[in-house]
Parts: sequence; structure tokens; C-alpha cells
Amino acid sequence: MATQAREAWIAGMPTYAATVDAIEPAAADTYTYWARLDELDARAAYGFQPGQISMVGVFGVGEVPISVSSDPAAPDRLAHTIRICGRVTHVIDRVQVGDRITVRGPFGRPWPLEEARGGDLLIVAGGLGMAPLRSAIYTAIGSGAFRRVVLLVGARDPSQVLFRDELERWRASGPAGLEVHLTVDVPDDAWPYHEGVVTTLFPIAGIDPEASTVFTCGPEIMMRFVMRDLLRLGVPQERLWVTLERNMHCAVRLCGHCQLGRWFVCADGPIFRWDQVGDLLAVDEL
Amino acid sequence: MRHLDRDGFAGLLALLVERGFELVGPTVRDGANVLDRIEGVADLPRGMREIHAPGSYRLEDAGDDRIFAWAHGPDAGKRFLFPPRETIQTGTRAADGRLDLQPAPLADRRYAFVGLRSCDLHAIEIQDRVFLAADPAYRARREGALFIGVNCEIPGATCFCTSMQTGPRCTMGFDLALTELEDGGFTVEIGTEEGAGLLDALRAGAATEEQIAASHDVTTRAEAAMGRDLDTTDLPNLLYRNREHPRWDDVASRCLTCTNCTMVCPTCFCHDLSDEISLDGLRAARTREWASCFSEEFSHMSFGEVRSSPRSRYRQWLTHKFASWIDQFGTSGCVGCGRCVTWCPVGIDVTEEIAVIRAADGEVRVADEVTG
Repeated sequence: MATQAREAWIAGMPTYAATVDAIEPAAADTYTYWARLDELDARAAYGFQPGQISMVGVFGVGEVPISVSSDPAAPDRLAHTIRICGRVTHVIDRVQVGDRITVRGPFGRPWPLEEARGGDLLIVAGGLGMAPLRSAIYTAIGSGAFRRVVLLVGARDPSQVLFRDELERWRASGPAGLEVHLTVDVPDDAWPYHEGVVTTLFPIAGIDPEASTVFTCGPEIMMRFVMRDLLRLGVPQERLWVTLERNMHCAVRLCGHCQLGRWFVCADGPIFRWDQVGDLLAVDEL
Repeated sequence: MRHLDRDGFAGLLALLVERGFELVGPTVRDGANVLDRIEGVADLPRGMREIHAPGSYRLEDAGDDRIFAWAHGPDAGKRFLFPPRETIQTGTRAADGRLDLQPAPLADRRYAFVGLRSCDLHAIEIQDRVFLAADPAYRARREGALFIGVNCEIPGATCFCTSMQTGPRCTMGFDLALTELEDGGFTVEIGTEEGAGLLDALRAGAATEEQIAASHDVTTRAEAAMGRDLDTTDLPNLLYRNREHPRWDDVASRCLTCTNCTMVCPTCFCHDLSDEISLDGLRAARTREWASCFSEEFSHMSFGEVRSSPRSRYRQWLTHKFASWIDQFGTSGCVGCGRCVTWCPVGIDVTEEIAVIRAADGEVRVADEVTG
């Protein structure tokens, strides 16, 4: 029956059962679910690239598109960081360690780390935007292929800072070459870092427009301001990358829900070069 | 070109049944010419004429013996090759929580479609580009199917296949293509070896010069009678550069977002995947069901709907159909069948909407938020 189960495919992509082995709080209403695929063959064969997404599901309930937030170098145990905010995620909220979820994937175009080699990698995350970027950071700091990896993280308030413990660890004593700057729009009395939207970190980040490649994830309005300011600083738009989200049912360019202009966000993205989507995002309700 | 008389045509349908095909053809039900399973010639819409207009479809009985003297009803091959609702996966959960997920079994039936028009044969080729490589269930049905096209003689008032270069004469996608002649017989063009084999089995002789000329006259008359036309010159760029055109607000003031146009469209492929579970929580099924970009929930996100206004939904549909479809699949998503016009309850006409945008190319709406 094991081979049968692997043929429960949608457009060639199997749906795997996976067992949750840890649930970690990651920010307000947001948790990281660690899971291993049940089938040993599938687990051994599974791989993903930084920024790729899974369809994470609950048996008989439905699936949601979630980026893999763990290290691509250790794909036998997958992390998905999920905010409890919708029909399916409210059911995921009741999942306990030892319970089964389903995982279908990986899907989509990954962060283009190869294109960024040799120079500076500037990562700008807003709110939950750290979730699809963490895998890229793991790969980048493990590769030693960058002069600097500069991480700028913004959030609405301290409770919304995703992976705060890990970010503070990196900030205090991270790997050589990794620089971390944190900011929130609305600080509390205990917030020891910067105050303001994420673009206010640009002057202190030592951005070298000639040698920087930028990966950005956050609310679309935030990404548009980030891109506007970086273009003004002189970063060429061929080196500006964003990740987008849209309603996805199939994740294999069949169901049509995630279209943005000519793109199927699930398969042509979710990661896009800014000049592929910037003008589309400027159109209301496209 | 070969020839079949009316009895020969009846013999063709009988032969298809004998060879194990399930016949799907036009038949009159509930005042419409629908596609459904048929048993033979007796089920076909004898003597019927169709009257198409924006927002209106009627059948009339002409009292004659013609069986294909109409344009098309609301159904196309899509309803059978890409069913409106289909289970694609089932699963069970064991007492210890283990999941066993299974694909739905592939259908082993073979459809023989009788009476599809050239527009609908093109529509199937367009859906092939979406599903054929990716979806085994579609592929199984598609590759098992046989297609008997019938050339159009009396297009509807909402038809514009000549503008989309998809008709009225069948040029591709058929095993056999028939033309119904005045005497009730048919000329037959051969598209595949399987089609030729059927004619050989029926001992269909060659058509005469007169029959061949009459066959071409039928589609020449159809071209001349085409109800609508659409200027497709540079159409993708026209739509891309007019995303803020005031006509989108105008059409949105009429559009009911009822989704009819997408349901009757022979190429619209968007669908939902939804899961259901048994009351005991041990058995589940995943269903694929036609969806429409006109529904609000189509673009649902945790923060709300991407396309909450009818204006943005109409723009998405029309721009996808005539512009971004070409970027995605190398072909227009429109075959000019006009069903979206006929079955729009308020009679919105895509050819008119596009013509108005073209006539006022570059006009930009004054947004409410700007004017207050």
C-alpha cells in the first residue's frame, strides 16, 4: 500500500502524511510545526530549496500554502510556520504533537541565492515575512558565498517579531558576516532596538547598491515602499526580489486562483524579480 | 471527402456503440439543446432551430428533418472531459492516526462526441494545454475519446468564431467531420486513421463533386451569417494598458457576478479543491469543482479578498481570456462561441465591451477615492 499512497497525486505531486513532533511559538498567534513524513522512502527522498512552499493540510479539512521555514540542508524534518487566522489554520491550531498533518510539495521558484553570490545579501522582512526568508538565511550563512548577509527585520510591535529568540541570538553572537537589525513600528518599554518602519533601517545598514542583492517578504504595501527606497538608493531592479502570496488550491498552475496578471503565483513565483510584478502590484485589486 | 446518407449516419452511431464508446451528443431537454449521453439518431434534436441573443436563448421547431441546423447549446465537451465535480482523492485514517491517501480510480469509459462544432473542438485543444500533461484523470478521458465534428451552417447571433479563427468549418481535433446536406445526407472529412476505419467499416463511398461543393457552401453561408465580430488586433496590449479604463466600472454596474459566463465557457478551467470528512472522522475525500473568478471567495486571503469589487472580477475574467491566457498557454482563451453573451442574464456582450475600450483606448477612470 505504500506505493499506492505515493500515487495520490495532484499533477504529479503526491500528498504525504506527516507526524508533528514539535510545536514552537514563533510570534503572536503564530507557531512553527515541525514534522517528519511518515513514509521512510519519501522522507529520505524529500528535498526543498529556500523559499519554496508546501500545501500543508489537515485530513478531511483542507490545505493552506505555507513556506518551509527550516534549513534546506536538513530536509528530513520540515518546519512550517503558521499564523492561526483562517478556516484551515484554526483546525491546525488544535493539532498536537504526535498528530498527523499532510504535506504536498515542494512548490514554486526558490530564492535565487546563486545569482547573489559574491556580493552582499540584503534581506528585508516585515511581520511574518521572516517565515519564507529563514531558509534562505540558513543556506546563505552556511555557504560562505557572500561578503555580508544583512538582515533587516520590521514588525508592528514586539509581539509580532517572528523568531525573536533566534534573531536576538544571531544579533548578539551570530555567524561571521551576518548583521541583524530589528525595528518595530510601536515599541513597548522593554524594546531595546530601533523604532520605525523597516525602511528607516536603511541608513544604518550600510547598503552597497552596486553589490547588493535584495530578498524581501512582508505585506505588499511594505514591499512596495522597500522597493521604492532601494531603487532610489540605486540598487538595480534586476537584483530586487520579492515573494508574494495569493489564494492557492492546487499549487501546480491548474486551479487558477492565484493568478496575478500573466503569472500563476504558485508556480511562476512565489518569488519574483521586482520588474516582473512591480507594475502589477501597483494596480488595485488585480 | 466521403459521403454517408442518413441511414449511414445512423449506422455510424450504432458502430460506435458496438465498439464500446459511450455516445455523447446534442439532445433537447428543458427547452435547450444540451449535450448528454444518447443512444442513437432518435435522440438528436430533429427539426430544431436555436435563437441566440444577448441574454436570450430559445428553441424553435421548424418542423423539418434537419438534425444539426443550429449553433450550439450551453454545453461543450468540457462538461465531460473536465467534469463540474469530481472526486480526485480519498483517504482513511486508522485508529492509531495513520493516514492512507489514495487517488480516485481513472475512468475506463470511452466517450464518442457527436456533433461538436469547430469552436468546441478548438476549446478542447485549449483545455489540453492546461490539463493534458498535468492531470491523469483528464488525460485518460481525453485520450480515450473520439470526436465526430459537425460543421456549422446556422451560427447564433452571438457567435464570432470567424474573428477568433476557430470556425465555422472544422479544421482540427476531429476523427471525422460531417457536413449535413439538404437531402439529410452528410459529407465526411477524415481526421484520423480511427475515423477512416469507421468509414471503411461502413463502406462509405466518395462524395460527388456536387456534394463536396454543397459541403463548402454550408460553411461559406455560416461565415456570412456570423452574428458578431471582434477586432483582435493587438488585443492583449489593448487590455493590459487599459486596466484603469472607465468601461470596467460601467460593465460592473450591469454585471451580477452570477458566474454564468464562466460556467458555459468551454475553456474556463478554474476550480476549487475542497476536502470533506465522514462524521466518524475516519474517511475523507478531496473534490475538484468548477470555480469562477466572478465569485468573491475566489481570491480569498486571510486579510480579505484580493478582488472584492465586481469591476476587478470582470476585468480579471476578460483580461485573462483575451490577454494573459496567451502569455500562459500560447493561445487565446476565447473560441468565439458566444455562450457567455447568450447566457449572461443581463446580456453583457464581450465583443461590445472590448470594442468600447478600443474606441476609447487610454481613457482612465476617475477613482472615487481621488474625487471623494
